Amino acid sequence: MAFSEAAHSTAKTVLSGADLQRVVDRIAHQILERTQGATGTVLLGIPTRGAPLAHRIADRIHAFERVRVPVGVVDVTLYRDDLRSQAPRALGPTQLPPGGIDGQRVILVDDVLFRGRTARAALDALRDLGRPAAVQLAVLVDRGHRELPIRADYVGKNLPTALAEQVRVSLAETDGTDSVAIVPEPPE
Amino acid sequence: MNRHLLSAADLDAAGATEVLDTAAELANVTGREVKKLPTLRGRTVVNLFYEDSTRTRISFEAAAKRLSADVINFSAKGSSVAKGESLKDTALTLQAMGADAVVVRHSAAGAPHRLAHWLDGSVLNAGDGTNEHPTQALLDAYTIRSRLGRLSGLTVAVVGDILHSRVAHSNARLLHTLGAKVVLVGPPTLMPVGVGAWPVSFSYDLDAVLPEADVVMMLRVQQERMADSYFPTVREYARHYGLDSRRAARLAEHAIVMAPGPIIRGMEIAPEVADSARSTIVEQVANGVSVRMAVLYLLLGGGRQ
Amino acid sequence: MRYVIRGARVLGGDPADLLLRDGVVAEMGTRLTAQGAEVVDADGLVALPGLVDLHTHLREPGREDAETVETGSRAAALGGFTAVCAMANTDPVADTAGVVEQVYRLGRDAGLVDVQPVGAVTVGLRGQRLAELAAMASSAARVRVFSDDGRCVADPRLMRRALEYVKSFDGVIAQHAEEPRLTEDAQLHEGEVATRLGLAGWPAVAEEAIIARDVLLAGHVGSRLHVCHVSTAGSMEILRQAKARGVPVTAEVTPHHLLLTDSCASGRSELASPALASGWDSAATAYDPVFKVNPPLRTADDVAALRQAVLDGVIDAIATDHAPHTVEDKECEWAYARPGMLGLQTALPVALQVFGDGAGDMALWQLIAERMSRAPARIAGLAGHGQDPAVGVPATLTLVDPAARWTVEPGELASLSRNTPYAGTELPGRVVATFLRGEPTVRDGKAVR
Repeated sequence: MAFSEAAHSTAKTVLSGADLQRVVDRIAHQILERTQGATGTVLLGIPTRGAPLAHRIADRIHAFERVRVPVGVVDVTLYRDDLRSQAPRALGPTQLPPGGIDGQRVILVDDVLFRGRTARAALDALRDLGRPAAVQLAVLVDRGHRELPIRADYVGKNLPTALAEQVRVSLAETDGTDSVAIVPEPPE
Repeated sequence: MNRHLLSAADLDAAGATEVLDTAAELANVTGREVKKLPTLRGRTVVNLFYEDSTRTRISFEAAAKRLSADVINFSAKGSSVAKGESLKDTALTLQAMGADAVVVRHSAAGAPHRLAHWLDGSVLNAGDGTNEHPTQALLDAYTIRSRLGRLSGLTVAVVGDILHSRVAHSNARLLHTLGAKVVLVGPPTLMPVGVGAWPVSFSYDLDAVLPEADVVMMLRVQQERMADSYFPTVREYARHYGLDSRRAARLAEHAIVMAPGPIIRGMEIAPEVADSARSTIVEQVANGVSVRMAVLYLLLGGGRQ
Repeated sequence: MRYVIRGARVLGGDPADLLLRDGVVAEMGTRLTAQGAEVVDADGLVALPGLVDLHTHLREPGREDAETVETGSRAAALGGFTAVCAMANTDPVADTAGVVEQVYRLGRDAGLVDVQPVGAVTVGLRGQRLAELAAMASSAARVRVFSDDGRCVADPRLMRRALEYVKSFDGVIAQHAEEPRLTEDAQLHEGEVATRLGLAGWPAVAEEAIIARDVLLAGHVGSRLHVCHVSTAGSMEILRQAKARGVPVTAEVTPHHLLLTDSCASGRSELASPALASGWDSAATAYDPVFKVNPPLRTADDVAALRQAVLDGVIDAIATDHAPHTVEDKECEWAYARPGMLGLQTALPVALQVFGDGAGDMALWQLIAERMSRAPARIAGLAGHGQDPAVGVPATLTLVDPAARWTVEPGELASLSRNTPYAGTELPGRVVATFLRGEPTVRDGKAVR
């Protein structure tokens, strides 16, 4: 869960802008290691912040190895199992790379891994969009508290949290600045 | 969005834009191999049609099914309704069946409002008498936006039987809400009394309006209006209010021609105009499914606040 | 039985006692006593001549599921009425001596108000040939008012004949003024609201055209004409001019046309008092056929003109057009609903609501007495009604608590039907007691039977 509200007075910054950049670099390196140079691989960001993260990872991979990894976005709203718990959410875009995802290794990219429900919804969405050879998950932060048998293949930072706390990821593309912070309790 | 969609007036600019934006995302589903989303799994949508309208019913049915809702088609013709069951009893029956949404087409203005009064679920007005047809207006707005990129500031001429046209009524409201300038055009007999109170302008002279129009929306004119002396003959009507190629030539380069619903070729629109690149008649059908999916999602996709 | 009404303000005047004996007001004064008389405490109550309704639908015979002569009579008595004119559009139609006598007898048996049958002008209300008007006039029901109400006597030649024919027994034709060709499929007053709601318009001119024609006819043949439920400002202008010319025309208006507007159909009413407005949520009441009525509710400008006409006498009478309808006929689509509203128990309160502000106390009660009792009694030729309480006149009167306010609960009304447009609305004025020729029909706000 990410929040874009102005910094809460008691928010505790756990990753600075520079830290965040290093974490993205590490994920890019890990992907290159474990995918034989990112061949046959597609990055799919989950809106909102997964989308720019996917592009950053792809950019770093290109910087390190001169490989162009196709990037797309997959909105999972219509696949969520918690739709009825709140007002209808606005839909994000879904845009697959021109080559599609059939037979590709798809790496889903999201900012925070929490209960695992977003990742599950993304897996359901992928099923309707094509048939990848394999699906992996890359997250900037894993904060624990899983409710489903889901784990990430690439984790930028493991961040032990209390259930009531909020993890707030800010990215320059969406929030004007790069940081990760823990907010003690819901802003309301 | 409110619980119901009874009138185009239920939507403010933000709400209407949300429908169009949602429809734009959902339109992609139509292009995929798996044209189905699990979003409304377990939800029941009833199509309650007191008037035959295969086009509209199929469009709603496709929209609901693409969102995985269970669809029950309740054609009121030849059913218990024909035997005198009241609208209220039908409403209570649908309620007992657990209908989450009722899509209603009825010949009486306000029938959807009455249903909404008796039902816990959502009511979607799929056309009530000479009153409104809000999803048609939404799909027209969507079509205009896809073709011309915007709605705000456009001049939209709605031509024909304004008095009896629910499409005209809903479009006048919605397009005004979305910032378009609406001009209603038709003979004085088919212009509603009190139209001056609407935030739209009107004209009896199609030729004067055409050069200004970005969009020309040609309404269907029912022949029985002729028997009722709203106009003398089809020929005379077509001469003044038909969009023939001579008139179409006076349109601006970018202007588009729309026909919400079945048209009588030769009366409202000449065949060569209906089939020209300006015409949106075919894409309006496809857009109808996306827009109705968007409305169903926004009405049923979330929880009740 | 003898009654001493103690401390009533007759037409809002100083408190006085009234002794009712042998069906008449026997004495008036202070501290009256009489052997064996029952005392009715009327402290703070206003005594009015019993109200007379020129326009009531009692539905019997034919639609006893909507109303009967008895239930309608009870509603009338509870509303302060002592006489009602029962309209002819029953099933069978009251177009023969037999039917009007049946209604008359049913009224007498109920014994709560004088039920004066109205005879149909044309056979079966079909507007084609005259009913046997003289036979109805000379029947036990002594019919003097004839009306095809619900339908207009549209044929001008037939209307002329009817106006002429009833002269010999001092009858009056009460016209439902509605040019039928202009109102085919009509649903709501033709104007901005009907257009907004997509309901077919019901033009004011349909009423005005007939009134204009009929006052010319009445003037031409020198006959009395009564116009039912006038509803438009334009009708007021026509009637004003006709009366100025000396045409023997009278007119009635309903309470609902004095209070409600076509906006009610959209769930809104700019005219309604804050109390009214707060009870009305626009989504829940849009297209509620309880507001469907013939003639339709009009605009705020029409309402203002009607109110002025009641004050200056262009309108002679307030008449309820009490029109009970079953739930099935009202809880449906607007277009399929039958037109009409309950009115007997809310007429006086609505009149007080409409005219209670501005007019002085005495002037208000004089206005009410004139428009709701004396004038309608005169128009209908009802001897023994419409006389202010005074020594020697029939003890046919009603006692009203002007300070009371009550909230209309459809289920608590005496009518068999529930179609009141005022459900949940707080209205002023409560009828505490009604006397018909010296005997109570209502005591303590309850019908005696």
